[in-house]
Amino acid sequence: MFLLAAEEAAANSWLYDNAWLIPALPALSFLLIIFFGKRLPNKGAEIGIAAVSAAFILAVLTTFTWMGDIRASFDKKEEAQVLTVDGEEAIAVVLTAEEGEVRGAPIINEVEWFGIGTDANRTTLGTEANGHGQPAGGEGETHADEEGHAEEKAFSISIGTWVDGQSVMMLFVVTFISLLVHIYSTEYVKGDRRYTHYFAFLSLFTASMLFMVLSSSTLQLIVGWELVGVCSFGLIGHWWEEKDNSDAALKAFLTNRVGDIGLLIGMTILYFAAGQSFSIKTINEMAVAGDISKGTLQIAALCLMAAVMSKSGQFILHTWLPDAMAGPTPVSALIHAATMVVAGVYMIGRLYPVFFVGFGIAGGTINVMAFIGGLTCVGGGLLAFVQRDLKKVLAYSTVSQLGYMVLALGMGAYTAGLFHLFTHAFFKACLFLGAGSVSHACHHSFDMKADMGGLRKYMPTTFATFMIGTAALAGLPPLAGFWSKDEILVGAGVWPGTEGNGTYTIPFIFGMLTAAMTAAYMTRAVWLTFFGDYRGHEEPHESPPRITVPLVILAFMAVVVGFFNMPKQFVEALRLPSRFALAFEHWVEPAGVATFVSKEANKFTHAKPSLSLAVVATGLALGAGFLVWNYYKRLYAMDPKATEYTNGLASRIPLLATGHKVLENKYYLDHLYTGVIAGGTKGPLARAANWTNQNILDGVVNLVGVTSVSIGRFVYRYIDQGVVDGAVNASGSAASSFGQLLRGMQSGQVRQYATLLFGAATVMVAVFIFAV
Amino acid sequence: MFLNQFLFLAAILFCIGVYGVLTRKNGVLVLMSIELILNAVNINLVAFGAFHQHLSGQVFALFVIAVAAAEVGVGLAIVLLIYRNRRSINVAEANILKG
Amino acid sequence: MEDFLNSWGLTAMVFAPLVGAVVMMLIPERDEELHKMVALVASAVSFVIGILLLTNFDYGASGTMQFAVDRSWIDVINARYAIGMDGMSLPLIALTLLVTPLVIIYSWNHIPKPGNAKAFLILMLVLHTGMLGTFVARDLVLFFVFFEVVLLPMYFMIGVWGGEDRLYASIKFFLYTLFGSAFMLVSFLALYWLTGSATFNMVELAERVVDPVEGLSASQQTLLFGGMFLGFGIKVPMFPFHTWLPDAHTQAPTQGSVILAAVLLKLGTYGFVRIALPILPEGAVAWAPWIGLLAVIGIIYGALGCLAQTDMKRLIAFSSVAHMGYVMLGIATLTSFGINAAIFGMVAHGLITGMLFFIAGSVKERYHTLEIKRLGGLLHKDQAPRMGWILAITSMASLGLPGLAGFWGEFPAILAAYNPNAGLNTTVFRIYMVVAAIGTVLAAAYLLWLLQRTAFGEPSEEFVDHPDVHDTVFTEWVAWVPMLILIVVLGFVPGLIFDVTNEPVSIIGDVFKNMSSGAALGSGG
Repeated sequence: MFLLAAEEAAANSWLYDNAWLIPALPALSFLLIIFFGKRLPNKGAEIGIAAVSAAFILAVLTTFTWMGDIRASFDKKEEAQVLTVDGEEAIAVVLTAEEGEVRGAPIINEVEWFGIGTDANRTTLGTEANGHGQPAGGEGETHADEEGHAEEKAFSISIGTWVDGQSVMMLFVVTFISLLVHIYSTEYVKGDRRYTHYFAFLSLFTASMLFMVLSSSTLQLIVGWELVGVCSFGLIGHWWEEKDNSDAALKAFLTNRVGDIGLLIGMTILYFAAGQSFSIKTINEMAVAGDISKGTLQIAALCLMAAVMSKSGQFILHTWLPDAMAGPTPVSALIHAATMVVAGVYMIGRLYPVFFVGFGIAGGTINVMAFIGGLTCVGGGLLAFVQRDLKKVLAYSTVSQLGYMVLALGMGAYTAGLFHLFTHAFFKACLFLGAGSVSHACHHSFDMKADMGGLRKYMPTTFATFMIGTAALAGLPPLAGFWSKDEILVGAGVWPGTEGNGTYTIPFIFGMLTAAMTAAYMTRAVWLTFFGDYRGHEEPHESPPRITVPLVILAFMAVVVGFFNMPKQFVEALRLPSRFALAFEHWVEPAGVATFVSKEANKFTHAKPSLSLAVVATGLALGAGFLVWNYYKRLYAMDPKATEYTNGLASRIPLLATGHKVLENKYYLDHLYTGVIAGGTKGPLARAANWTNQNILDGVVNLVGVTSVSIGRFVYRYIDQGVVDGAVNASGSAASSFGQLLRGMQSGQVRQYATLLFGAATVMVAVFIFAV
Repeated sequence: MFLNQFLFLAAILFCIGVYGVLTRKNGVLVLMSIELILNAVNINLVAFGAFHQHLSGQVFALFVIAVAAAEVGVGLAIVLLIYRNRRSINVAEANILKG
Repeated sequence: MEDFLNSWGLTAMVFAPLVGAVVMMLIPERDEELHKMVALVASAVSFVIGILLLTNFDYGASGTMQFAVDRSWIDVINARYAIGMDGMSLPLIALTLLVTPLVIIYSWNHIPKPGNAKAFLILMLVLHTGMLGTFVARDLVLFFVFFEVVLLPMYFMIGVWGGEDRLYASIKFFLYTLFGSAFMLVSFLALYWLTGSATFNMVELAERVVDPVEGLSASQQTLLFGGMFLGFGIKVPMFPFHTWLPDAHTQAPTQGSVILAAVLLKLGTYGFVRIALPILPEGAVAWAPWIGLLAVIGIIYGALGCLAQTDMKRLIAFSSVAHMGYVMLGIATLTSFGINAAIFGMVAHGLITGMLFFIAGSVKERYHTLEIKRLGGLLHKDQAPRMGWILAITSMASLGLPGLAGFWGEFPAILAAYNPNAGLNTTVFRIYMVVAAIGTVLAAAYLLWLLQRTAFGEPSEEFVDHPDVHDTVFTEWVAWVPMLILIVVLGFVPGLIFDVTNEPVSIIGDVFKNMSSGAALGSGG
């Protein structure tokens, strides 16, 4: 470093303080592409690539700065006052003596977003349970006037950036893979009818994902979470002319919405539990300090788990993910393998104290998270065996690997889970893009059995990179997957000498099974795609450089990223500098995690690596792979064009046949969701509601109307016309007949009148004379 | 005094007039009968005026004469019009005021 | 200028459209262009005055009534011409001021059958005055008058320019709403007599009602609140009083639907927060659980109703029932958080659903049908791709996607239901919260389903190369763009509304908060 310390610090803080630029650049690019994209020579792709490149550079600079900062504090450890608790080597608790500031603590920059509501009038859940006073956290200034009546001010809700190891790691992954996918896409979707839209959505997705990654509040997290969901919707349904694609998009969105119920409710619970705060920092601190009751945390964690299940494709809400392969392949690589689907895992990491305390991970043997993770990795792996579609194999493999990450986090292997997220992003993106390249060669087919086979001769680069990706995924040393998988298995704390956070026997068995299965189904996919004889029509060809270069880069990453977190013993055995040991852990593990140490009940422990476990796991994977290899080798010897035995085990043993059928039908979950739940809601239930509306509610209204009208008729006809009007008419006719009577008197004869006159006069005179 | 004789004359004249009005069909005769009635009244007025040594009776009589003249004018005009319309002055036929 | 605004600004804003209507009556019917011009100018004048008022509004004191005028009006009953604007009415006034001119612009080449621009636009302007008046009124009688003024133009708009079933729909709308208003009026009059204050001023009444000596008892308040509940609840409309809405919406001409959805429904919810809650706090507490219950039933029920619809417009109409459920849920929590959310929800729903009705109208104009089965492929290049995108964005906003306006009405309402005001049963409201959250899934289901079947896929054969099918035209752009921009801007800067509403809402929130703390003290002592 050529900069002086002060300048360096200033430069560092500039990067940290302006981390908002990283999502802002792709967001800007989205707007530019939408408004001007079509008029540009490359139809907007160049804006997207430029913006994402800039974001990538910033992300890389931030990453290196972060790594440098951690390294600096790590070096200081020797001389500065060391705070070690329980002999744990937790770098995060190392303090820089002067400032009392925790290295590795998140750097949070927030601005007020808006204010809403006033301070709570009742005690919060958490404080209720603990009888605690005012919760921590900066929201809402409350000051009492002389009568002790609290004067409320609006709660300010902040938006901001949160830079720490975990987010920096994710920034790097997202921008890196997004950039490669952008470049790859310029070739892959060339000439597409909605080329510009495609790039606009890619930019929007990148921006949303980065926005979510940098969330400093749960509210911001929700916003980002939903925005990536909608981008996923748009990109899965990119070719919406076909109903299958739009169905898949709808399914993805709706399944995620189901999980979002959990997200909304979970975040609401946490908001009130943390004394009306959306701040992730406050929530985490309170969870760690025990200011929120364990019961509350458990409910919140369960709710959030639902969100994780939908977003990160965990059983039983995973069904949308394989369908999402209807989208363009680069999208699958970016969104449905490397970034968006790990949002759930990322969120678990972000709010890890909530889950750690809520599920009682320390000292446990099984919990909801580990169980779901285990179920997912085995269930997903099994499904990968019966797919014809190369992308679907990879999709189920993604489901399975996501299960692995959740499994790891469920067992308390925080770093292992996130490290697997990190490594998986590279080799899975490599595999997906490889699959895309294959399909590009095979005329847009992904059917391994019908249109592929023997492709290694035609597309060597794709083959080589795909093989590296496969080996990494299968966890063969020394590739990336090996290191992360090994750490997860170690984290279970079952294998002798590993000392994890508990003894997670069942999850460990799930993990071992998955390790074997992964190797097996990937061998099957590789064989069907690249070995044997070509079964498609026309000559396949190698893809152009804009496709192969990203593949090579990703394959390279799939080889090297595993070295970021080598166990200490291994590093020492190879006599490498000690800084190589557990580097990833030091960079990524947040300060918050270290504070667990102080609480005996929530003790957070790092597992110790075990050579024997690594050997056994690798052996399992190799063995499983070899079995499958042998199976296809023999099949090939029988019939070079065959893809399965006509009279295999599955057709002979009824139990296996049933199992196969269950797998083919994806455990019948789709039938349940589409047929029973969605169909039931859309069909009978909705119709019933509509029927109620039309016949009962509206019926009441109409009945009231009709009744009023008939009452009116009755009143009119009988009362009005008969009685009231009768009286009126009677008086009228009386007057009329009286008039008729009198009419006769008016004869028109003047003499008659005169007679009357004189007669009357005579009578009157008589009256006057005689009466008076 | 002579008052009774005058009143007697007036009563006879009045009765003749009334009789004429009620029985005659000729419009002109009816008018003449009315004239008789009015003059009977005039006699009464003058007689009472003289009897009470007061002029108002004579003044009223003069008024009645003047009004009677006007009335005869109007009445004759009506009769004339009826005649023009109906070629008859028979008041029994003139019943257009019948209700 | 300031003096003018302070003393005459609101009056001028409210009555400018009425002046326009009078002028139009003097112009012969055949001068259609002139009529449109006059109508536009009248609403624009109102708009400009409104903007001036908005810029002169003291946002630091949004809790107080500004530009207030208080003059004698009907001395016999001491009803006064009292108007004013505070942070609670400001967003709704702004919404009204914006939507009506846009609707008039849209009408430029969309006068519905049987024509007669003169009558149509006059009614529109009268409606405008009525709506603005309702939002500025501070006197119950004045409020009632404006509230009812709105009814008649709408009745004619549906009855004359509506669809096939227009007579049924218009009469249903009119009678149903009038039925509620009658009860509301009784409540108003009862307030006048029972408080013995001989005033219809909202603020004074609120003070009198809670007066410990001469105030109303809780049971009296509950009863009176019931009357207002009927009046406002039918207007909102709340389940189960909503059945006039789908009919009215479906039959009304596009402009009528837009105004109905954008502003008219808000008169009911506005009545709750402006009148019913502050004046009758104890009544509100007694009614809140039931309002909450009806609100969440409305959310689920409206959504299910949507799923069963085969007509696009009717579907959108039903979605209003669901969305207003969120607004009412926010109000039912009686917390400032919830009421803030409710007001945001009103504005957001106004913009979004208004927009959806605009689109439905334009679809109808092009395809001569709104039957979802026959539509499809709107996004297709030969159909109306831009309109398809607009439909997509608006649907996303309607289903409560963060980053668009709909979210900020929905999520805070759900959030507030977790922790309702003290005195309300927390468990009950948490159940409401979960139900409301499930409602968001159903909302996504029916809106995306609508989107999929109208915008995605291939267009049905009858509409390929159909001469009437074309993309968005100029007047549509002019009318729609401001609304779309607001939908997006409010989605990212919700503070635009929350910052304004927060202060006046807190005043109401404090009423309930102090009430509960007072009650707690009372029971403690």
